[in-house]
Amino acid sequence: MVILNRVSKTFGKIKALDEVTFQVNEGELFGVIGPDGAGKTTLFRILATLLLPTEGHATIKKHDVVQDFGVLRKITGYMPGQFSLYPDLTVEENLEFYARVFRTRVEDNYSLIRDIFTYLEPFRKRRAGNLSGGMKQKLALSCALIHRPEILLLDEPTTGVDPVSRAEFWGLLHNLQKQGLTILVSTPYMDEAAHCNRIALLRQGRILGVNTPKGLQEEYSLHLWGLKGERPALLLPLLRQLPAEFRVYAAGQEVRVACRERNGIEKIKALLETSEKWDHIQISLVQPDVEDCFIALMQENNELQYK
Amino acid sequence: MRTLFYIIQKEFIQIFRDRLMPRIIIGVPLLQMLVLAYAATFEVKDTRLVVADLSLSEDSRQLIAHFEGSRFFKVVAVFPDYKEAEHLLLKGKAHQILVIPADFAGASHRGEVPRVQILTDAVDALAAGVRTGYALQVIESFGKNISPKVTSIPNDGLQFKELFWYNPSLNYQTYMVPGILAHLVTILGMFLSALNIVKEKERGTIEQINVTPVKKYQFIAGKLLPFWLLALFDLAFGLLLAKFIFQLPMLGSIPLLFFTASLYLVVVLSFGLIISTLAETQQQAMFIAWFFAIVFLMLSGLFTPIDSMPIWAKVFNYFNPVAYFIKALRMILLKGSGIKELWSLLCILAIYAIASLSFATRWYRKTSS
Repeated sequence: MVILNRVSKTFGKIKALDEVTFQVNEGELFGVIGPDGAGKTTLFRILATLLLPTEGHATIKKHDVVQDFGVLRKITGYMPGQFSLYPDLTVEENLEFYARVFRTRVEDNYSLIRDIFTYLEPFRKRRAGNLSGGMKQKLALSCALIHRPEILLLDEPTTGVDPVSRAEFWGLLHNLQKQGLTILVSTPYMDEAAHCNRIALLRQGRILGVNTPKGLQEEYSLHLWGLKGERPALLLPLLRQLPAEFRVYAAGQEVRVACRERNGIEKIKALLETSEKWDHIQISLVQPDVEDCFIALMQENNELQYK
Repeated sequence: MRTLFYIIQKEFIQIFRDRLMPRIIIGVPLLQMLVLAYAATFEVKDTRLVVADLSLSEDSRQLIAHFEGSRFFKVVAVFPDYKEAEHLLLKGKAHQILVIPADFAGASHRGEVPRVQILTDAVDALAAGVRTGYALQVIESFGKNISPKVTSIPNDGLQFKELFWYNPSLNYQTYMVPGILAHLVTILGMFLSALNIVKEKERGTIEQINVTPVKKYQFIAGKLLPFWLLALFDLAFGLLLAKFIFQLPMLGSIPLLFFTASLYLVVVLSFGLIISTLAETQQQAMFIAWFFAIVFLMLSGLFTPIDSMPIWAKVFNYFNPVAYFIKALRMILLKGSGIKELWSLLCILAIYAIASLSFATRWYRKTSS
């Protein structure tokens, strides 16, 4: 459905995308996950035919994003990260306008947006600029869907939206997927990866890995321990004294330590026994989540680069 | 065609939903016509005159009385010496000094030509010229009074009779108002269009439009047409004001005038759109638009006649669409020129219109590299 082949984009001296290669299958909900500045928006703008890649090729349904932009603009629905509808037009007027410029009518494709529009119904006559963040996202999604595209490109649709609206939004995406849409979505939130069929981890313009969220966790080859205590802030500098093969980082209220060796826990325990004030620390073996995988891949990648 | 209609519809909804826009569209022509047409006049009233009367004679008093009788002059002081009069000029309390020398009285009886001196504060060169002219008129009429022999033009059979065509009373407003109308549509058209696409860029709305199948020409036309109609509406409004407030003569054909304006507006609006595609923010667009508007308007012959400009400015005006439009407006309104006389002017405007429109379309890009 979507094929990216060594797509690179440079802005002056900055390499925003570095030989990005992956494929998205038909009907998939595919996530591009990475921190701010990873190149997500650049990638989506190239796919949306708004930006020309410096090198490489990208096709959507065998249509090249550079040559066949005319066809692609009809079959893709793009929702930019920044709210881009007319703030001085009402909800209804925005929807009507985008339907019209795509040469269709709201009624014709209403079935596709019915779910979403039920949320917006009470605000039909309100100007788009006066909607809440969550409602703006829903309106933007409706407008991106109004011409019944075959593929949806959603650039950080959940950034800056409250947790309830985020959950609702993912629910809407699952429903759309059931209707046969292929969806490409980017997000900086690692915990949202679980909603996707497959994810690509993006950092500094490079793909660190492409896998299912589960596969990614299974691929995780390190042993991972979580340490809980009263003062995690003090724990972190202590654990940083561990040898270089240990990776130590904070995750929420925990400090996590990853290591290749199973018996690494002995060294951790030895370190904690140096002082009585660490007596209360609880150590447990934990299952890696997507963030742990991201950190592990990131460090592997760094090591590769230095070699 | 349908797509174009929906884009235009959207623009109009936005224009009339804006709180300021409708007021600008009605307020700007009103203000410009009333303020500029009354204020921008070359008539110099109330010249403050100070007299250094060294003669202190019956003749000198008569001359001063002549100045006092003129509606253009106000004699603020009469001094028996020159120094104090000059002091007033320096302080800016007076515009002009009339120096009447001690030998003024009886000069004509002695067979001499009486002499006086006029000193004018020429910081404002234009006003100084006008004031000196008025002063000379007063002195001349005085000269005729005291001695029919003393006149500047020798009275030997050759007679002049001046006739001013197209503006017989030399009414300054008649000359200015068509120019102000041109100024009005230029400013309005250029700024509205220059700020429009930039606004879409700033708000990010252009991203969403660019991924739609809207064609470039549809987008540009959708942006041009609403402002084109608004500017023509304002021209009509301005013409009505000119007719009823200033009794501006309208000798020529009004449809021809609107046809000329339509062509000219394509140039102005395209120019605004070019600025709009180049600028990234409304602030940048505003500065660029101001810069060009000022240069083109100042050199266009709106305020000062092109004939009195230096060569380079005259050459510049061959490329200045504003100059052509102002000329055309004055020709149609004041002289009643028809299509025969305007033919070449219209051709030039049409060439400009086509060139600038294709530039505007070319420069607007939906995809960036």
